[in-house]
Amino acid sequence: MRPTSEAELAEAVAGASGPLLVRGGGTRTLGHAVGEVLETGGLSGVELYEPGALTLVVRAGTALAEVTQVLAGERQRLAFEVPDLRGLLGREGVSTIGGVVASNASGPRRVQVGACRDALLGVRFVDGAGTVVKNGGRVMKNVTGYDLVKLLAGSRGTLGVLSEVSFKVQAQPEAEATLMVEGLDDVAGLAALRAALGSPFDVSGAARHGGRSLIRVEGMAGSVGYRVRELTARIGGEISVVEGEASAALWRQVRDVVPFHTRTGDVWRIATLPTVAAMIVEQLKGEAVWDWGGGLIWLLLDPGRGADVAAAIAGRGHATLVRGQGAPAFPPEAPEVAALVAGVKAKFDPRGILNAGMMG
Amino acid sequence: MDMPAPDLGVISRKARIVARLRAILPADAVIDALEELRVYECDALTAYRCPPLAAVLPRTTEEVSAVLRVCWEEGVPVVPRGSGTSLAGGAMPTADSVILGVARMNAVIETDYENRFIRVQSGRTNLSVSGAVEAEGFFYAPDPSSQLACAIAGNIAMNSGGAHCLKYGVTTNNLLGVTLVKMDGTVVTLGGPWGDPSGLDLLGVVCGSEGQLGVVTEAWLRILPKPEGARPVLVGFNSNEVAGACVADIIRAGILPVAIEFMDRPCIRATEAFAKAGYPDCEALLIIEVEGSDAEISEQLARIRQIALAHEPVEFREAADEDQAKRIWLGRKSAFGAMGQINDYMCLDGTIPVSSLAHVLKRIGEMSREFGLDVGNVFHAGDGNMHPLILFDANKPGDLERCEAFGAEILKLCVEVGGCLTGEHGVGIEKRDLMAVQFAPEDMEAQMRVKDVFDPKWLLNPAKVFPLGISAVRRAG
Repeated sequence: MRPTSEAELAEAVAGASGPLLVRGGGTRTLGHAVGEVLETGGLSGVELYEPGALTLVVRAGTALAEVTQVLAGERQRLAFEVPDLRGLLGREGVSTIGGVVASNASGPRRVQVGACRDALLGVRFVDGAGTVVKNGGRVMKNVTGYDLVKLLAGSRGTLGVLSEVSFKVQAQPEAEATLMVEGLDDVAGLAALRAALGSPFDVSGAARHGGRSLIRVEGMAGSVGYRVRELTARIGGEISVVEGEASAALWRQVRDVVPFHTRTGDVWRIATLPTVAAMIVEQLKGEAVWDWGGGLIWLLLDPGRGADVAAAIAGRGHATLVRGQGAPAFPPEAPEVAALVAGVKAKFDPRGILNAGMMG
Repeated sequence: MDMPAPDLGVISRKARIVARLRAILPADAVIDALEELRVYECDALTAYRCPPLAAVLPRTTEEVSAVLRVCWEEGVPVVPRGSGTSLAGGAMPTADSVILGVARMNAVIETDYENRFIRVQSGRTNLSVSGAVEAEGFFYAPDPSSQLACAIAGNIAMNSGGAHCLKYGVTTNNLLGVTLVKMDGTVVTLGGPWGDPSGLDLLGVVCGSEGQLGVVTEAWLRILPKPEGARPVLVGFNSNEVAGACVADIIRAGILPVAIEFMDRPCIRATEAFAKAGYPDCEALLIIEVEGSDAEISEQLARIRQIALAHEPVEFREAADEDQAKRIWLGRKSAFGAMGQINDYMCLDGTIPVSSLAHVLKRIGEMSREFGLDVGNVFHAGDGNMHPLILFDANKPGDLERCEAFGAEILKLCVEVGGCLTGEHGVGIEKRDLMAVQFAPEDMEAQMRVKDVFDPKWLLNPAKVFPLGISAVRRAG
């Protein structure tokens, strides 16, 4: 099914006789769910764009590429730096903005500006009974009623099918530069990232792979130059500075986890405390791409290491199996949290037909 | 404003309920004498008052859990309370309710500068969170104007903002995790110091749920390194439209000030008479603050000056030193006090798209004449969060009602232009009956279903947020 309006979408859900596999472009779907495919790609187009208010309202099936292009026309962007996971997951297809929201897809700049959910101002969605619900809106500050916007972000279609999303967008900076720090081992290289993030220099990216730590600053040209000098003076190692497009290219590698595209093996996404990031990787003996100053680890491992991963994290975060078999994609929640999750799902999707089983 | 009739069955069992609470808490943690309960009869929305059945002041998560379990078993409504600074009546009790105050839970549990978080008990005041990390060069970003008094618990309940959230976001953007006690006493951990949720973002819906889903007893908060410096400029205009256009141009240019504050003529005049900050007598005034090193501040201010001058301001004043910076902020910070000198006032909190600013101010001016009540506007212009202050005389019969009617019309206007009823204060009882202006019944139904899951008996702060008519069946149990 591929509805072309919110009303058609609501009808499709209300009239469904069995489970539905809800997806945008299917480029970042994780976990296992079965059912009749319900695609949102037919719900496309920009509803409202006010560059002077940094506000964008767009139908959920709109291609991410189109959103990016519309914003670029006004020298603006989505601040949270959406990863393109097609190369990592071996997918084809067109990423939709609804899929971005449904998976709360957030890249390196999260350390500075927050995740997708933090830029998301409002949603419209169709719940599991086929009812259209709206929450939030198009203004930046809004505490009217419960914040279902955050709840829907990252819910992967299990609570409702998104039909429209609104964002706070960001002006593209005038300049960007990246410090490439070499000659440090992983422990020292990750410590350098934490030092940068703990400085007043407004770092917008802090990552490490291939023996190299990357620290990014963005903003007005003079300010970028100043912060590069200050950070260089404070961080050890052999530092070279890359600017403009060359810097942007480095961050696309991190954002999309490019180093693992051509490698075989399971890929785990681990959210943890930056200070234990090196220890977790050392214990598991895998290959890592570290982002968010170490708070996010993309880890390449041989298949079947799920129990080892859980043991290494030891409650200091959680791991998602983004590529591989043999373990559920999403980690189990604590029983009292799982009870709340099950309760919320049952309220929003009483028949249990939306991406059933996808999130465990 | 109506509140539901108290449950006389609960009131008749007061002695038993208090005895059970005393059995699980230290002697000084249970208050049941009427004269002592007066303290808890209202929050900062002082127009409405009602002493609770009892008040408890637990010191630990375990004590909170025990209290809630007893109240759950006894079918007693519980109203959680941080510092009682809510302007929306979020902590106002009913006669059959127990106030659960977290004021004694104010410890710092852990500070971790390398991982950039602090874990506190939720009764700790907002400003003292920053105070705890200041020596290491860090701060906690959300800064509601009540930050000296307000508690993190209340900040989380209302998803509080502040003047600097244009850059740093509001509470939800700075909250990493919580320890939450459900009404049945179950203790739940949502999120954690790493921030990223592993499954559904339940933390996201708890933040801003106005104490209706659970009692937050502990929280992990993000802390940020302090910027090297900050400096404000003051820009005066002879038209609200032009001031609004200047704000849009600054935002569009990609400059991200930490704050853009707006005051209109009635507010400027009242403030000037009261604080004598030396503001120009003009139609609209902007205070724009930027952060960074001296050189970075100069770079940003040069750009702002260029943009502002293109709009032909009547005044552009840059703070040359700390003293001048203080004078620029003096009037803005005295604005509420200045209006309060003139008369009683009601502070509204609707948000509008920045593009509607001039239109909304013009309509408010017209309505002010229709209702015969003066209004001053002071607000966060960068994010469209308005704070119209309507002046009235509480001793004059009918004035409060007229003021509330005027306020309701302003909030309806905010929704009409694409905004919302409340940007940072919360719904509470104050905006409860206006919810249907912004939401369709099915929108509110979806929200109430979340409460059904967390608090199936609807005992936590039950008569708030949702219009009484639509929550009646659920509250009846």
